[in-house]
Amino acid sequence: MTTTTLSPVQPPKPAPTRAQPRPFGLVRHSLALARRSLIKTIRTPEQLLDVTLQPIIFVVLFVFLLGGAIAGDTHQYLQFLLPAILVQTVVFASVATGVSLNTDLKKGVFDRFRSLPIGRSAPLIGSVLGDLIRYVVATLSLAICGLVLGFDLVNGIVPALAAVVMTIAFAFCLSWAFVLLGMVLREPGAVQGVAFLTMFPLTFGTGMMAPVDTLPGWLQSWVQINPVAHAMEAARGLMIGGPVASHVVWVAAWGVGLLAVFAPLAVRAYRRRT
Amino acid sequence: MTAAGSTLGGMEYAFEARGLVKRYGKTTALAGLDLSAPQGTVLGVLGPNGAGKTTAVRILATLLRPDEGRAFVGGLDAVKDAAKVRRLIGLTGQYASVDEDLTGMQNLVLIGQLLDLRKSEAIARATELLGEFGLAEAGARQAKTYSGGMRRRLDLAASLVGRPDVIYLDEPTTGLDPSKRDDVWNIVRGLVKDGVTVLLTTQYLEEADALADEITVVDHGRSIAHGTPAQLKQIVGGQTILARPADPARLAETEAILTGVSGRPAESPSRGVVTVPVDGDAQFTEAVARLAQAGVSVTELSLRLPSLDEVFFTLTGQRATDEEAA
Repeated sequence: MTTTTLSPVQPPKPAPTRAQPRPFGLVRHSLALARRSLIKTIRTPEQLLDVTLQPIIFVVLFVFLLGGAIAGDTHQYLQFLLPAILVQTVVFASVATGVSLNTDLKKGVFDRFRSLPIGRSAPLIGSVLGDLIRYVVATLSLAICGLVLGFDLVNGIVPALAAVVMTIAFAFCLSWAFVLLGMVLREPGAVQGVAFLTMFPLTFGTGMMAPVDTLPGWLQSWVQINPVAHAMEAARGLMIGGPVASHVVWVAAWGVGLLAVFAPLAVRAYRRRT
Repeated sequence: MTAAGSTLGGMEYAFEARGLVKRYGKTTALAGLDLSAPQGTVLGVLGPNGAGKTTAVRILATLLRPDEGRAFVGGLDAVKDAAKVRRLIGLTGQYASVDEDLTGMQNLVLIGQLLDLRKSEAIARATELLGEFGLAEAGARQAKTYSGGMRRRLDLAASLVGRPDVIYLDEPTTGLDPSKRDDVWNIVRGLVKDGVTVLLTTQYLEEADALADEITVVDHGRSIAHGTPAQLKQIVGGQTILARPADPARLAETEAILTGVSGRPAESPSRGVVTVPVDGDAQFTEAVARLAQAGVSVTELSLRLPSLDEVFFTLTGQRATDEEAA
């Protein structure tokens, strides 16, 4: 080549550790960002106040308010209610990721993430993973409340843990719907509002508070397709006895479906949002 | 080695943008903007708020796609090869883009890990940068406890973790007091010495003059002037003498003396102050001598570069502040 170069010849730069791409980038980056999210939560523990108090309030409220009327006995009602409250609390907690991402996006630090050579989905996956702490805290708070009120783990601890794992896995899948809301809507308040509107039919349109066969037919049809209702029945089955497998199949199918639809949509919306 | 870049210009540009257009609904943020800088130089992009500076930076930083035009960094297309471009660049936004809840150390380590450094390498790099930027002791504290200047330094450090070839500084000194501003200027000079190419946006001609090899003046999303600081100063009338006579009654006399020195009409832009454009330091010395000779004592006498407002007035016949209001 005989082309003349106008720019002066640069002495070769000593090339210190300029990082080279390494495999499993998306996993590593997502985990690093999940850790960031976890540090932030630990630094501002008041973020966990809602998931700590909500299960206690619901259990105490419902057991003593409705227990006598519905079950004739508060202890029996506690046995009936608590597995369902576990599901309700954790599902409720899944809204927060969308709300906090909506706030986070407006901060400069997300610009920085976007200017880095990482997968576009990594910041979202990181936030969703980091918020798993919320589900764990909600579960622990409920467990303590249940123990204090005298809940009997009829089937022992292992099936109860299985119920917890199933519930958290489902909430993880569902939270992508709220992440999408967080990407699409402008204000965190709007995300919270819309999310809660969907939350009520999902969590109360179930057999949480009263046996399903006492509900009118149209509501029973809703309960039969509502994944949260199935999660509650599965949790009941695992913790105090009853059918499990058929409900778990519903929960798993819905969970995979929600994840497959909403996670890609959320990532796409994040990419477009500038 | 970066042959792809030569599809546009013949020279080896570290970054090059041609004909960038970006519209938001009816607003046109960029209307065909060209920007480029050879390797190891500083391009100053000078313009008022809303001129399109930040939009241009966001396109070159792969955060935004242009509606028309193309942007190249290191010969790579900022849209098609965005992932590769991101390995070459560092970005420091107008507002410190660090995570306030994390410590300085955690911020830098996180970015190192996102840049595929191993944890130990990321910690080593973070430690090194905190030291260089005078934040070694503050590294263990949350960024929200930092002062404005410290936060800006952390932000700069964060954009250097990956040893970028090109770094974008979007109004890096806005809101900093003069001593902190000098810190940032020295950091930028150090970067250039290491061979980094810098795109610096600013609202201050003084800043562009102090740091940039070439300046592009941007208005309404297009370039209205481009050249070295010296060329630009020639266009806008070089420096200005500003004098404030101690006795306001001697304003007219001061005006006459300065007009005599410069050969151009002096004016009184605000109460009690006289300004006149001059060609160099020699005329300033002469002005001092003549004012002393006439016995005019002054409370203020300075030789300064034209402000952005004056640059714009010369180039467009409009005040920059008018556009800010839009």
